[in-house]
Amino acid sequence: MAIFRDTTDKNHSDRSSGDRLRHGQKVRKAIKDNIGDILSEESIVGKDRDKIIKVPIRGIKEPRFIYGDNRGTGQGGGEGDDPQPGDIIGRSQDGKGNQQAGDQPGVDYYEHDITLGELLDMMFEDLNLPELKQRDLRNIEVQTRVRRKGLRHKGPRNKLLPLPTQREHIRAGQGNKRMLDEIRKEIEALRASGNTIEAERLAEKLKEHERQLLDLRKKLKVEKKDNWIAMRPENRRYAKSKIEPKKHSNAVVICIMDTSGSMDTEKKYLARSFFFFLVRFVQIRYLNVEIVFVAHETEAKEVTEDEFFHKGESGGTFISSGYEKALEIIKERYDPSLWNAYAFHCSDGDNFDVDNDKAVKMARELCKATNLFGYGEIKPPSGYYGSSMVQRFKDHIKEPNFQTVVIRSKDEVFPRFTEFFSKARSEGE
Amino acid sequence: MDWTIEDLKNWHEKIFEKVLEFGLDPYEQEFEICDHEQMMSYMAYSGMPSHYPHWSYGKAFEKTKTLYDYGVSGLPYEMVINSNPSIAYLMKGNNLCLQLLTMSHVYGHNDFFKNNFTFKSTDADYTIEDFMSHAKRVRGYIEQPFVGLDKVEAVLDAAHSLSLQQRRNLARKKLTRGEQAEMVRDQFRQMTDPFGSVHKREKFDDEGFKQAMEKNPPAPEEDILLLIRDNTRLSEWEKDLFTIVHDEAQYFIPQIETKIMNEGWASYWHKKIINSLDLDFGLAAEFAKNHAQVLSPRPGQINPYHLGYKIWENIEKRWDEPSKEDLEKFGKRNFENADGSKKTGSNKIFEVREADRDQSFIRQYLTKDIMRELKMFEYEETEQSGQRVIKVTKVPDEDNWQAMRDQLIKSVGMNGIPVIKVEDANYNNSRHLFLKHYHDGRDLQLEYAEKTLKHVKDLWRGRVSLEAIISNTKNICHVDDDGKFHKKIIY
Repeated sequence: MAIFRDTTDKNHSDRSSGDRLRHGQKVRKAIKDNIGDILSEESIVGKDRDKIIKVPIRGIKEPRFIYGDNRGTGQGGGEGDDPQPGDIIGRSQDGKGNQQAGDQPGVDYYEHDITLGELLDMMFEDLNLPELKQRDLRNIEVQTRVRRKGLRHKGPRNKLLPLPTQREHIRAGQGNKRMLDEIRKEIEALRASGNTIEAERLAEKLKEHERQLLDLRKKLKVEKKDNWIAMRPENRRYAKSKIEPKKHSNAVVICIMDTSGSMDTEKKYLARSFFFFLVRFVQIRYLNVEIVFVAHETEAKEVTEDEFFHKGESGGTFISSGYEKALEIIKERYDPSLWNAYAFHCSDGDNFDVDNDKAVKMARELCKATNLFGYGEIKPPSGYYGSSMVQRFKDHIKEPNFQTVVIRSKDEVFPRFTEFFSKARSEGE
Repeated sequence: MDWTIEDLKNWHEKIFEKVLEFGLDPYEQEFEICDHEQMMSYMAYSGMPSHYPHWSYGKAFEKTKTLYDYGVSGLPYEMVINSNPSIAYLMKGNNLCLQLLTMSHVYGHNDFFKNNFTFKSTDADYTIEDFMSHAKRVRGYIEQPFVGLDKVEAVLDAAHSLSLQQRRNLARKKLTRGEQAEMVRDQFRQMTDPFGSVHKREKFDDEGFKQAMEKNPPAPEEDILLLIRDNTRLSEWEKDLFTIVHDEAQYFIPQIETKIMNEGWASYWHKKIINSLDLDFGLAAEFAKNHAQVLSPRPGQINPYHLGYKIWENIEKRWDEPSKEDLEKFGKRNFENADGSKKTGSNKIFEVREADRDQSFIRQYLTKDIMRELKMFEYEETEQSGQRVIKVTKVPDEDNWQAMRDQLIKSVGMNGIPVIKVEDANYNNSRHLFLKHYHDGRDLQLEYAEKTLKHVKDLWRGRVSLEAIISNTKNICHVDDDGKFHKKIIY
């Protein structure tokens, strides 16, 4: 007779949670790999950390050999009137057509919600301030990830460390041998002193012990080895992990932005995107890095973060003024012997000719005072350009810590940004 | 909830009485009552109470849940496992009428599992235990310090991509190497001599046979996973994973092969059983509605429940009152039992449920009239006044219905999966795995083929290439050591 079982009241475990978690990790990775695309579609600049971004992801695919849709044909059944050849029954949609297999490519799209904060965390995970050098005064705390540190006697099996365990095991084997040797010596000593009864008792015990060991070895089918004993649970060693913040030297990041009249809306947007990433990156990854904002046209001014991101633009351009101001700030407040200084400048490169030589000179000086001086030139394909500074800088500045990038469009901002900070360049680490 | 377990038990007694009365022959049946969350979990793991972990099941769960939460699709009423005793799930949220429908439907499946020939390759007594043992083994490998999740997952990802590339007709015996050699030998025998097998093999093509025998395997091999397992240096755990994935896929092949028959059979019986019960008017009306819903056509698709149901009904009708054409078509003897008595419709359907699978079922018993009734059509995507539209190209009229039926056969069961065989596992004597797609008018989907081929390469750990016909040209595809995909046209 059939059995009816009610399983709903039982405390059943959520059996798919592990697989869902793993799938989630894969999705996260997919997002990370496509961050460039996501950024170019979403306007995230200046948005709150809690803003939710809908990220379309292609499902993590499970490829198989399947038939393609090479003819765009299929079969169907319907309701209502009899279909006649030549009837139009619908408009074709992407990914629809051949109805045979369930796992057609292109259908597997779904959306994933993440907050801007999570997205930024992911973006900056692998980036570091390059050439961070040891300076006397230290107070930056870098958020480091979990490190392996030390051993534990108990732990999950996947944390079992083969080598330390083997080492302990061998040690225990040697210890065992030493113990047996000592007993043997004692037996001899007892025999010599005439206490044969005690000696026999000990010898019996020793024999018993050796016999047990032999039995065990046979049972486990282990070849004969010196000092062999069975693996003891207490000899196992497991990895222990610990989160530890790392102390680094002081650092200051100086953001210099061109706010002259030639910076139109698009250029301004690109420059601000760049600095948005920079500021967020520094804030997320480093706890105590100082950020200084400098805006310049023909004259430069130190401004607040809010002013920096929202200031209007006007006037002509003396790039040198921005550099001068930056140097001034470094001199006054951030002595290069104590501070790691980073300067980044974004401009469209449309400088007044009279200023060019001075700009190059000041840039060189800035290079000397900083660990890294990055110059980003904003050059959207549509736009008017009087001149470009990239080539001039490249020709005249040979300092190794000077780097230039050209940003042409929205989707180039983040890749160019990462070029400054990707691990490959950070030799200081 | 308008029922209690006691109610279900009482109704079940009546249903089971009918099941026996109608001559169904099921395994013992167990019902588990679960909520919708549990149901979604069961769906993700094909109904198995225990199953090895893999992220793809997490994905399946998320997908079902999303669709369910947004109300795009409901959950299925029934979920049955082909095991002895068979296990089925009843969802707590369903009303009494649906539970009755599900229980009778389940008995249809259960009977089909026990009696249809394609399921003979499954050892139903051990289904649950097998899956449990697979789960234990895979979890064990994941826990092993030297193996771990990442390695297991990589092998499973790759093995999953090949799981269905195996022998389709499991009722046929798998040839041993010696038998394969014998088969190849036969091919090189002189065919003009009708007594070739008796006479001396004088005209035997020695050279050709030798060449063929140098290949490994001697005849093209469909069980790609097993071939890789047996011809690659792998650790024991890797080999075991291959076996597990292969065995699980093998368990599902009969179900893939008989989807239309099986669903049709179950629908046919739930209707018959429920209608034979004395239902009060409310329940009967409710049932009629639910039954219509199960059989409702899906726009632009073919509903296997509907198609199967109609064919079963039609077979019964035709054998009860055979028409002249049918007598001519099938021959008079097909309408008689072995003892000479008249074969009734119910005799016939029980015979068919034992001896056919979807392909033969449709080829033999799908008629023009059924296709008309289902309003089947064939369509094509074309350009019309600047828009991509779906246009009907064929309907089941006198000229086209057979072509349409054959087209349908191409998409049922394992026919929906391309045939890829290992032509040679030691091509050019250089451990080069040479695969070939047996083209039947349908091309491979290249993007997927590329990714799958990469998986094959990861498993084989050597050179791998695939011969495939893409848009009427023959191509050789291979993946180089840097994981780059190459496609070369040969002619």
